[in-house]
Amino acid sequence: MLRACLRGANATARSCGRTPLTNLQHCRHYTSGGTGGGAAKVVAAGLVTVGGGVGGTILYAKWDHKFRAAVENNVPYSDWLLGLALGPSFQATNKQMEMVQPPSMMEKPLKGSKAKSEKSVKEAAESPAKETTPVPSQPAQSIEEASAEATHIISAISEVSSVPAPCDTEATVVKEECKECHDHEDTPAVVQPDTESPAATEALKERPVEEVTARLAQQDLEEQDILASVSASLEDSLASSAKATLQAIGAQEAALQAITLHTLKLKEAMEAEVPPQEKSAQWKDLEAALAERTSAVHDAGTALSNANEALDSLKSVIDKSKGLKVIAVRPLVLAAEENLHNMVVDLDKVVTKVQSSESEAKIVSQYSELVNEAKQQFQREVSSLTPEIQANWKGLTGKLSADDLNSLIAHAHRRIDQLNRELAEQRVREQIHIDASLEQQKLEDQKALEKAVGTALQHVKEEARLEQERKLSELREVMEAEMRTQLRRQAAAHTDHVQDVLKVQEQELKADAEQVLSSKMLDQETCYRQMSQEQLDGFTLDMNTAYARLKGMEEAIDSHVVAEEEARKAHHLWLSVEALNFTLKTADADVPTKPLEDAAQAVRDSCHDNDFALALASALPEESLQRGVYSEDSLRARFNSLRALARRVALIDETHNSLYQYFLSYLQAAMLFEDKQEAPPAQLSSDDLDPFKLLSYASFCLEHGDLELAAKLVNQLRGEARRVVEDWLTEARLTLETRQVVSLLSAYANAVGLGTTQAP
Amino acid sequence: MSEKELGKKLDRCLADGAIKLGTGLGLGIVISVLFFKRHTWPILFGTGTGLGMAYSNCQNDLRSFYMLHRSEKEQ
Repeated sequence: MLRACLRGANATARSCGRTPLTNLQHCRHYTSGGTGGGAAKVVAAGLVTVGGGVGGTILYAKWDHKFRAAVENNVPYSDWLLGLALGPSFQATNKQMEMVQPPSMMEKPLKGSKAKSEKSVKEAAESPAKETTPVPSQPAQSIEEASAEATHIISAISEVSSVPAPCDTEATVVKEECKECHDHEDTPAVVQPDTESPAATEALKERPVEEVTARLAQQDLEEQDILASVSASLEDSLASSAKATLQAIGAQEAALQAITLHTLKLKEAMEAEVPPQEKSAQWKDLEAALAERTSAVHDAGTALSNANEALDSLKSVIDKSKGLKVIAVRPLVLAAEENLHNMVVDLDKVVTKVQSSESEAKIVSQYSELVNEAKQQFQREVSSLTPEIQANWKGLTGKLSADDLNSLIAHAHRRIDQLNRELAEQRVREQIHIDASLEQQKLEDQKALEKAVGTALQHVKEEARLEQERKLSELREVMEAEMRTQLRRQAAAHTDHVQDVLKVQEQELKADAEQVLSSKMLDQETCYRQMSQEQLDGFTLDMNTAYARLKGMEEAIDSHVVAEEEARKAHHLWLSVEALNFTLKTADADVPTKPLEDAAQAVRDSCHDNDFALALASALPEESLQRGVYSEDSLRARFNSLRALARRVALIDETHNSLYQYFLSYLQAAMLFEDKQEAPPAQLSSDDLDPFKLLSYASFCLEHGDLELAAKLVNQLRGEARRVVEDWLTEARLTLETRQVVSLLSAYANAVGLGTTQAP
Repeated sequence: MSEKELGKKLDRCLADGAIKLGTGLGLGIVISVLFFKRHTWPILFGTGTGLGMAYSNCQNDLRSFYMLHRSEKEQ
């Protein structure tokens, strides 16, 4: 069967082998040129791609700066390459420009503000030249300079050109206003530019407070004087004009009464039928009344003229006092004006009344004159007719002749005809006369109306003006009162604030004083305490020293006793530890030592009050106590046999543990030759963790008696080798442990012994 | 002694291998004679089986430390 298989395999191999050979031959024609050409093509294609990529990157970086920055950030050395190709990047140039810009920008606003300030200085210089007050001009110029400086500073700090403060224009306006004011208002005007220009406080100094108050007091005094004088004059003129007006009014009223009386009497005399004797008495009364009337009218006229004079003088005084422009005078002036107005009005009323009554009287007197004339005319006619008949012809009825009676009757008839004719004429002329008189009356009425309207208008105007003045004064009073209240409030707030500040200051000062006092007291107290303490300390020190010496002596004696006890114990311990040490040496080859239990017990007994030694004694491993430990020589011998085994299974671990691996491991152990003993290095590197090397290091250590290092090195073995040497390792550990404990105990016992032994 | 364990295992392996080889051989011969008209291949088969089993057992034994037991795995 094997032969069959072999035959089959050979056949298949031959058949397979031929075709690939031929194929290869065929292929070689294609691939010999092709493979060579293909490689060159690939290489060329790669180079082109790379070159194209780099070139494209550079071009795009030239066009787009952000891309360039991104590339420079992300790809190292690209910034060098791009700088070589394109020159330095944009950001570097930008920063340089920025550095140059700010100083230039700062220069511009300085220049601008300087020009502006120069212009404003020129303007200000012109306007003070117009005015003649030298004092305000200087502060104005200093204001200009100060504002120019301020603008300099502002423009230097921020890169914004600022305009000089408009205080210069304000100052000029204020100056013009000052010019218009009167002399005693100059001081407030000069003070005003001080307060209104904020930038010029260092140029102008405010007038000191005392000067201002003195000036104000002086002003007040002046005003008061003026006020007094004005009020006095006003009162005088008012009084005089009032008297005169009253007089005039009284006189006018008296005249009125006289006129009315006269007219009444006249009417009575005309119309009443009274006996002749009473008639003459009546006519006498009438004449008396007439005389009285004339005198009364004359008096009234004079009184009126006096009153007018007085009123005119009052008006002039009022106007003068108005011209003084003192505020306190105004109410007085107002009152005087009102009084004047009232008096004028009354006077006018009375005058109109008198005029109307006069006109009435005129009518009545005209009528009476006419009647008298007619009577006289009749009398004349009768007397001309009958010259012999005298006045009382009514009683002569029997004495008259028939001729006289006929002539009288004829005369009477003739008179009647004449009177009828006159009546007719009169009737005809009546209409014309009435029209003319109506016209006249109209004209007179119009004139009177105009006059009345004029006077009424004047009165109304005057009243309105007075009303306005009154209201103005009221308003002023109200404003004054309000201002006073606000000022009072401000004063109150100020006083409160001052009070608070004072309180705070008081508190602070109190606190300071108290603090100083307390600190001084504290110092004193501490001094006192210190001194007393020092004294106490000295005394206690002496006592303590004496006591201490006594104690020292007692302790010395006790310690001697204790020391001896200790020494004995230490010696005992040392002996037991030596016994323990000796048991370690009882190991033979391949036979462990005797169990260390007895010796350990002895040690424990000898140190049952010493914790350290107890701890150490109990730290001995159980195995060593029960079974004993192996000696180093036995371990060494055992290791030598172990070594070969470990070498043989060096390759075996968790992953590699098949039988084939075992075979390989064996092969390796057979093939590999390493030093029997090699000195281990101070530090193990990863190379040294090879099991063969470790084993040679361990052998070296063991040969030189360093079991510990050997155990450490063997501990580094891994896998199956480790499993193999596990037991040896535990034994070695045990031995090392026991030896360590014992050495510690002996060292301790030696130390204790040394400590307790006394030199002879 | 851990160092002796490997030796013990190998001893067991060999013993086991010998037994299995022999058994396999024997069985192979028997089956070849009885059922397969004295062809060689059953013999070879039996031997191979025996050897294979011995190999597997030996490997398992040597590996046993590194293998997790099912009960441990469940834990």
